[in-house]
Amino acid sequence: MNALAERNLTIAFFVLLAAGAVSPVVLGEARLSQWLEVIIGGLMSGVLYSLVALGLVLIFKASGVFNFAQGAMVLFAALSLVRLMEKMPFVAALALTIVIMVVLAWLIERLVLRPLVNQEGIVLFMATLGIAYFLDGFGQTVWGSDIYTLNVGMPKEPKILLENTFEGGILVSTEDLIAALLAGLMVAALTLFFQKTGTGRALRAVADDHQAAQSIGIPLNRIWVIVWSVSGLVALVAGIIWGSKLGVQFSLQLVALKALPVVILGGFTSVPGAIIGGLIIGLGEKVSEVYLGPLLGGGIENWFAYVLALIFLLFRPEGLFGERHIDRV
Amino acid sequence: MIYRETGQFKTTYASDQQLFPIVQDRVFVIGLLIFAFGAVPYLGTEYLFLAILIPFLILALAAIGLNILVGYCGQVSLGTGAFMAIGAYSAYNLAVRVPDLNLLVIFVLAGVFATIVGVLFGIPSLRIKGFYLAVATLAAQFFADWMFARIKWFTNDSSSGSVSAPPLSLFGYAIQTPVQQYLFVLAIVCVFALVARNLTRGAIGRAWMATRDMDVAAEVIGIRPMRAKLSAFAVSSFFIGVAGALWAFVRLGSWEPLAFDVNRSFQLLFMVIIGGLGSILGSFLGAAFIVVLPLVLNQLPTWLGMPLSTAMISHIEIMVFGALIVFFLIVEPHGLARLWAIGKEKLRLWPFPH
Repeated sequence: MNALAERNLTIAFFVLLAAGAVSPVVLGEARLSQWLEVIIGGLMSGVLYSLVALGLVLIFKASGVFNFAQGAMVLFAALSLVRLMEKMPFVAALALTIVIMVVLAWLIERLVLRPLVNQEGIVLFMATLGIAYFLDGFGQTVWGSDIYTLNVGMPKEPKILLENTFEGGILVSTEDLIAALLAGLMVAALTLFFQKTGTGRALRAVADDHQAAQSIGIPLNRIWVIVWSVSGLVALVAGIIWGSKLGVQFSLQLVALKALPVVILGGFTSVPGAIIGGLIIGLGEKVSEVYLGPLLGGGIENWFAYVLALIFLLFRPEGLFGERHIDRV
Repeated sequence: MIYRETGQFKTTYASDQQLFPIVQDRVFVIGLLIFAFGAVPYLGTEYLFLAILIPFLILALAAIGLNILVGYCGQVSLGTGAFMAIGAYSAYNLAVRVPDLNLLVIFVLAGVFATIVGVLFGIPSLRIKGFYLAVATLAAQFFADWMFARIKWFTNDSSSGSVSAPPLSLFGYAIQTPVQQYLFVLAIVCVFALVARNLTRGAIGRAWMATRDMDVAAEVIGIRPMRAKLSAFAVSSFFIGVAGALWAFVRLGSWEPLAFDVNRSFQLLFMVIIGGLGSILGSFLGAAFIVVLPLVLNQLPTWLGMPLSTAMISHIEIMVFGALIVFFLIVEPHGLARLWAIGKEKLRLWPFPH
């Protein structure tokens, strides 16, 4: 398949997706305001998938490790925060949780990554699966396994927008808006960090080429600690947002599984890919669930994202923004 | 000294190519088989059969299937649970809808259905590799979870969503007691292990391994990547489908889709990696390790006299399991099969220093 055909197919794929997304309105199946609510809801959950996907991409870029433990880290961060908040004010608990995530990153680098350096990708992947199991058990042993409500003072009441344009207006939860805003800020901050600071530049150098980076004196081990800390912090933000939406509980972990189609759709090595992939997946998932789901018996949310990503990969194997890979013998 | 091949000359091609060219291996394997078929049924307790041996054998069969795909052909799959589910539910539907079908035919057909679906989900492997493929195979997993939970036809319109296998019998002999079940499973697993061993050391196995080591280079020397990859998916899914049918019919009896969720896929991948990628023996060792470890971890607090709540034990169990996986990967990334090989190497000299 040449590049041109690939591009045309990509365009066709997105045209089809967009057509599928607007078809309920065009066919008169849905009211416009209700449809807009679904779209906004989809984009909001997409933002949250992006947050988890972001953590995955950061680690994959810097160390080539496909970190399955990201979901466990989200759960662990949220659990730590919620239990610490019982004993101290929010700011202190947040600071302490950040310290915990950094220590965790350091321990992972010291105890797991360093001994496994130069192993194959699959072995490292299995190691992160081991970390995920460990964090699950450890978090629930130390912090308990009940469902905790996380209240960080985000307003819960929904807002009604555009009341004049539509009958009844569009219902949007304020919490979702704040979450989206937070996620946006996070991405902006990360971009600045990567583009403008010395450490960020070092991180990008490591992502490009481990050996070259090492040869000009960038300490790989320290970079790995930094990158795992950063994705620990991203996990914490994701944990706060998801936790205050759904309550802090074991099922938070499963959010990470949703982040996987996001990263393969966007490309494993691309930060913008994680964001845009998240939005596409969130949107597609909600629209398909609401309008297509009833025809198929419901619950298609669980696999729709994967099938979408799978079809896309068939004609664009490196995802939307992933690095094109050329094999040489 | 014990394990020394000195003096064992091979004078024909046949003797050079036999399954176990070294006499000690042959004796050991034959002895093990005689012990497993002849002695274990009399020595074992019900707990040993139901909690350890039967799960171990069935999961070892699934692990062999996965090892063919991941270890020999290098295509990482996280959809193993789905293929087991397809095997299990095809077997169930065949048993319920087609009267008087022989049990072996049911199992073989269950494998065939899993093969068809496996090849279907293997098609993306022609374009995508590595972790992209691993995530893509998760699509199979979640699709199967949904399909068997939501489409009522597959569960024969059972209201609770859980289904039960009919009583098992083969050629008029009932397979009811743990010993009978054990012997039945053991016989099937032995046959399949033999088939897998022979496939992997034949032309097709070499094509798989060449594809694994470098697919572009393999294509250059004349191996058809499509045939190699899809045949690996087909053979692997067949094994896994049969294992799924066995797991459902013999081990579980009655089950729901949750029995084959994504954790099963991870569990099998653990077995393959801990046992050793690209090794039939490794699949058995890995399965034994993963089956026995939770049982030991579960009993450990009681043995040590530490009273802990059940929830606490299960959390600590998960934690220790995760830590052990990491520890194991660090100590021996090539798996238990590798340790075994090192041990054999040592046995050539032992107990002498030179």
